[in-house]
This record gives sequence, structure tokens and C-alpha cells, in this order.
Amino acid sequence: MRPANETNDPALTALKALTASHTLEYTYKRSLGPVLSRFFTGLRARKFLGLRRPDGSVIVPPKEYDPDSGQSLDEWVEVSDQGVVRSWSWVSQPRPQQPFDHPFAYALIQLDGADTPFIHVVDVPGEANMKSGMRVKARWAEETTGVITDFVFVPA
Amino acid sequence: MQDAGPESPVSVLEARISLKYDYSAGQSASRFLRAIERGKLLGQRCPVDGRVYFPSRGSCPQHAVTFGDEVVELSDKGTIVTYSIVRVPSANIPLALPYIAANVLLDGADTILMHVLDAKPDQVHMGMRVQAVWKPRAEWTTSTANIMFFRAIDEPDADYESYKEHI
Repeated sequence: MRPANETNDPALTALKALTASHTLEYTYKRSLGPVLSRFFTGLRARKFLGLRRPDGSVIVPPKEYDPDSGQSLDEWVEVSDQGVVRSWSWVSQPRPQQPFDHPFAYALIQLDGADTPFIHVVDVPGEANMKSGMRVKARWAEETTGVITDFVFVPA
Repeated sequence: MQDAGPESPVSVLEARISLKYDYSAGQSASRFLRAIERGKLLGQRCPVDGRVYFPSRGSCPQHAVTFGDEVVELSDKGTIVTYSIVRVPSANIPLALPYIAANVLLDGADTILMHVLDAKPDQVHMGMRVQAVWKPRAEWTTSTANIMFFRAIDEPDADYESYKEHI
């Protein structure tokens, strides 16, 4: 062993930091369980399915249990593939893993027949085309496989 | 997404998380990596207690003082301190199963190096003397993978007193 000041090797005293690209991946597969399985199976058939709560309201996407009472829910309801934008946020610079490579809106969308909104995307040319309260409808992928990206929303 | 046919229910959601980083090694690790590209193993000595840390890391984790630019070049020979016998495969490990994952105390270092050992499970033992087996020189890069694994050498076992604090 010897200290570096006894070496003439310039590489050992160069201090510019090295860099490298590094991708960290978690390739998770999540089990959906019976309720969300039915919801996603519905998407594959181009249907939006929800569950009716004891007070008569309908939640889409469904949950395994009633959010207030905790009792299990089993009355399935098909709702419309059209609905209303409740609120929205404009994405002017999409990131690589987002669903579009052009600007788009994330929006809370409440489908006709549902009492809860859920977050999804709206494909419109520009921010000026977005408005809370606007009507939208699902535009389905050519091939649906039972994933949340089987559809996007466009103005109705 | 489902591999099953259109009649079977969708029961699995693929939730892949992919995080892309531009990793900077920092100055100290960069110096270490540039040295290993030339087949040299660099440690650094703590100015407070004189212990030699490997790999070199810029500052002492115990005394919180900088190591500065002084480096210590270490041997690629060392002593097996502890080990595990690995019977499940792993990506990036070039050895056939079962192989040995070992904590190696390099000669001149006061910290252990975790690496793999090319040895039969009934041969490996604490105090065993080993040496790094390097890739061919033409394949050396700024990577610790330049060392493929360690392998036993024909030297008497190290004295237990010389490595017991690292167990």
C-alpha cells in the first residue's frame, strides 16, 4: 500500500465526476381482487361498471366496501360512457410515461349515472378547449385489453 | 393486461414503476472507479484513527472528517471473514450455483468488501486466503465488475485475530 502522492498516474488525481444512466424498475403485477377485476373486465367490453351504495348513489370505479358503513357492496350498475368534467388541470409539457406526447388535460370526470368523479385524461387541442362542466365521452382504443388506458375522453 | 383469452376475467394489473436516473458517482467514487479501470484498488485512510476504508469514499463515516486527496492502494488479495452459500440464481452473477457470497478483508483495508467467491461450499472457510480474478485487461472499464470473483490461493489461513473485529 502507498499513498497516491507517491504515484505519477494522472488518472488517480483527476477529479471530474463520472456519470452513468441508471434505470430502477419495479415490475409489479397487482392482483385486482373480485371487484376491480369486474370493473376492468367491463372496460375490456367497453362498459363502465359501478356499484350502488345503500343510499342509492353509484360509485365508479367501484370499491370493495361502502366508504361510510364498510358493508360489502354487490349491486352492479352500468353507467354511461359520457359525463361531465368537474375540474381539470392542463399538462403543457407531457412527460414520457404520460398517455399523450402532446399537451392534454387531467380531469375529474363524473359519468352520467355515477355519483363520484374519477381522474382521467381529456384529449383536446388546447387549454382553451377545457372548461369545468363541459361534456365529454370516452374514445376507446382500437383494441381494449382491460386497462385504465383502454380509453381517453374527448369533448362530447 | 391479461394473457388469458377474452372470456376470462381481467384479474391482474401490470403496475410497472420505471425510474430513470442520471447517476453521478461524485469525486471520490469517480477516482476509485478510474483507478479500478487500471486494475488498481483505492482506499482512503481516516486521519483520526488511521483506519483504511475501501472503496475510497471521501469522508469518514465515523469521525465526519474529509479524507482529502490522499489514497491508499490496496492488494487484490485478502481474507474471507464470513460467507454465505447461495443457492438461488441472480442476474449479473457469473458463477454457477451454488456459489459463495463472501465478506473479503483486503490486505491493508479495515473495511470488508462484499463479493462472490468461486469455491465449493465444502472448501470455503473463515480465514481462507483469496485473490481477485479479473476480467481480461482489454475489458476493464470504470466498474467494480472488472473483478469477476475471488478465488482461493495457496497461502496459510489468516490468523483469527487479524479479522475477528470484522465478523
